[in-house]
Amino acid sequence: MARITMREAISQAMWEEMERDPNVFILGEEVGVWGGSYAVTKGFYDHFGGERVRDTPIAEAAIIGAAIGSAMTGLRPIAELMTINFAFSAMDHIVNEAAKLHYMFGGQFVLPLVIRAVGGGGRQLGATHSQTPDAIFAHFPGLKVISPGTPADAKGLLKASIRSNDPVLFIENATLYQVRGEVPDGDYIVPIGKSTIQRPGKDVTIVTYSKGLEISMKAAEELAKDGIEAEIVDLRSLRPLDIGPVIESFKKTNRAVIVEEGWKSYGVGAEVSSRIYEQAFDYVDAPVVRVAQKEVPLPYNRALEQSALPQPADVVAAVREVL
Amino acid sequence: MDKAKLLDLYYQMVLIRRLEESGAELYQAGKIGGFMHLYIGQEAVSTGLIAARQPQDRVITAYRDHGVAISCGIPANQVMAELMGKSTGISKGRGGSMHMADVTRNFWGGHAIVGAHLPLAAGLALGDKYAGRDGVTICMFGEGATNIGFFHEALNLSKVWTLPVLWVCENNMYGMGTAVERASAVSEIQQKAEGYGMAHERVDGMDVLAVYEAAKKAIETVRSGSGPNMLEIMTYRFRGHSMGDPERYRKREEVKKWEEHDPIGVFHAFLTGNKKATAKALEEIETRAKADVQKAVEFAEASPEPGLDTLFNHVYVEEV
Repeated sequence: MARITMREAISQAMWEEMERDPNVFILGEEVGVWGGSYAVTKGFYDHFGGERVRDTPIAEAAIIGAAIGSAMTGLRPIAELMTINFAFSAMDHIVNEAAKLHYMFGGQFVLPLVIRAVGGGGRQLGATHSQTPDAIFAHFPGLKVISPGTPADAKGLLKASIRSNDPVLFIENATLYQVRGEVPDGDYIVPIGKSTIQRPGKDVTIVTYSKGLEISMKAAEELAKDGIEAEIVDLRSLRPLDIGPVIESFKKTNRAVIVEEGWKSYGVGAEVSSRIYEQAFDYVDAPVVRVAQKEVPLPYNRALEQSALPQPADVVAAVREVL
Repeated sequence: MDKAKLLDLYYQMVLIRRLEESGAELYQAGKIGGFMHLYIGQEAVSTGLIAARQPQDRVITAYRDHGVAISCGIPANQVMAELMGKSTGISKGRGGSMHMADVTRNFWGGHAIVGAHLPLAAGLALGDKYAGRDGVTICMFGEGATNIGFFHEALNLSKVWTLPVLWVCENNMYGMGTAVERASAVSEIQQKAEGYGMAHERVDGMDVLAVYEAAKKAIETVRSGSGPNMLEIMTYRFRGHSMGDPERYRKREEVKKWEEHDPIGVFHAFLTGNKKATAKALEEIETRAKADVQKAVEFAEASPEPGLDTLFNHVYVEEV
């Protein structure tokens, strides 16, 4: 067990998989010579060479399209989008090709493809570079959408994603790159599509993932001071969505708060709360409350930006509301 | 080219023509649904082009794909069954007219978003280059696709990475109903290859042998490792863009003028004029093609619909 950062965990996962399987390669903007715009692929170019760590033009449709095509031939590309905000320039290839080719041709094409993309706000990057559009991608059958909240999950899930024969969108959060955590040694794999309890509790269920996990953990510490024990369910994977542990926890606590960094409308919270009502209506003791980003394009000004993003205090207030 | 191969090309072209004529009737009868785009008039392009490939060469195209499917060797039965959405169709009834593919015959689809398959073609070629195989990816698209960003991103990437792709523009002069000169800054599409430092050639797409010869040369040039190349093949579709096309954008006389250069008629004249075949031999081929289409229709009609219990098959490779 080593205590490493999320950045190191992601980097290790790719390094180990590239050492293990010569068909795994990386392509993206500044992934090679530069070392990755977030330094996740630092050292890869020198070790693996330019054929396996491929710098691309600034052309997202070509990056994702070429990744898809190469995956169809049996390679296992890891395509890095410099930020998830640039995924919109490759939207057709993610939605109309990656998510559909296996189905639409009767199973003939197999796409063992990973798209890594970093998102999230809180870094004063302005409205176009600060989005958390995870729910949009989770809407499409055919894609797997994963977003880890701990270094261990980041490593284990990324390794599972690289070995998956389905297209995976792996969403990271830039403000979590420096977060440290224990990561098991060796070939550590976390299966895709399994929610997990990150903190046991009995009074309220907090459902979250990615950056929301950090926020919720802080809130839970605050609540514990008042003797309120929150159980935190980390979805980890938005599609497939493993709702079982959420329902199980809710049947115990009868109260739920859903925390996500993205906008509330049509978001992850909308999906999860609906499933709670559908599958555990008889256990509802209070309306399910959603904590999410306020409905504005994120502003540059630090105070304005922070006021739009969900904070631990918002989660604490939401929990008090449902108790 | 030996006589047997010449006659096979003739058979293929007639088969595509008859299959699509039959498809049009079945569409009108409500037995084929969705969108359907006929290749009639353009048969010499896929026939000549694909005859020039080696087995390791991949083919990928847009939504006007029935002819390409036949040229790649997919049996007429499976093409017709896919048009009717049957479980025996080449895409098991999940793709329809616009989405046919056969990995075993190195045919990689059948893609319905204009230009979106060009980056995929770059990726297919990257796969071969990465693995050290000598296959060439032949990517076909209409001239209308050269105005969308995907075209430019893909051509640029293919050149930067020296990928083994032959870009083949089928210039039928209309993107749906918009004439090429109304949509493209240059109506001679091959000029666009200049911007990416690629060799290019314009070819008469109504002459199957001209297409074959140009393709043979271009494919082997790409195979030699010199990077991507482009062919612009001049052709014309005799039917509308799709089955629901009022054809207000072109005059009947224009279509008639092109019909005088019907690629099947041109090839027929070549074969008989050069004593490669008698008119009677060609008539026998036509009869055989017609019978094969009839058999394909019977096969498709008799084939079962996909079971509703298969709805969720192939969403993912792995259980979720």
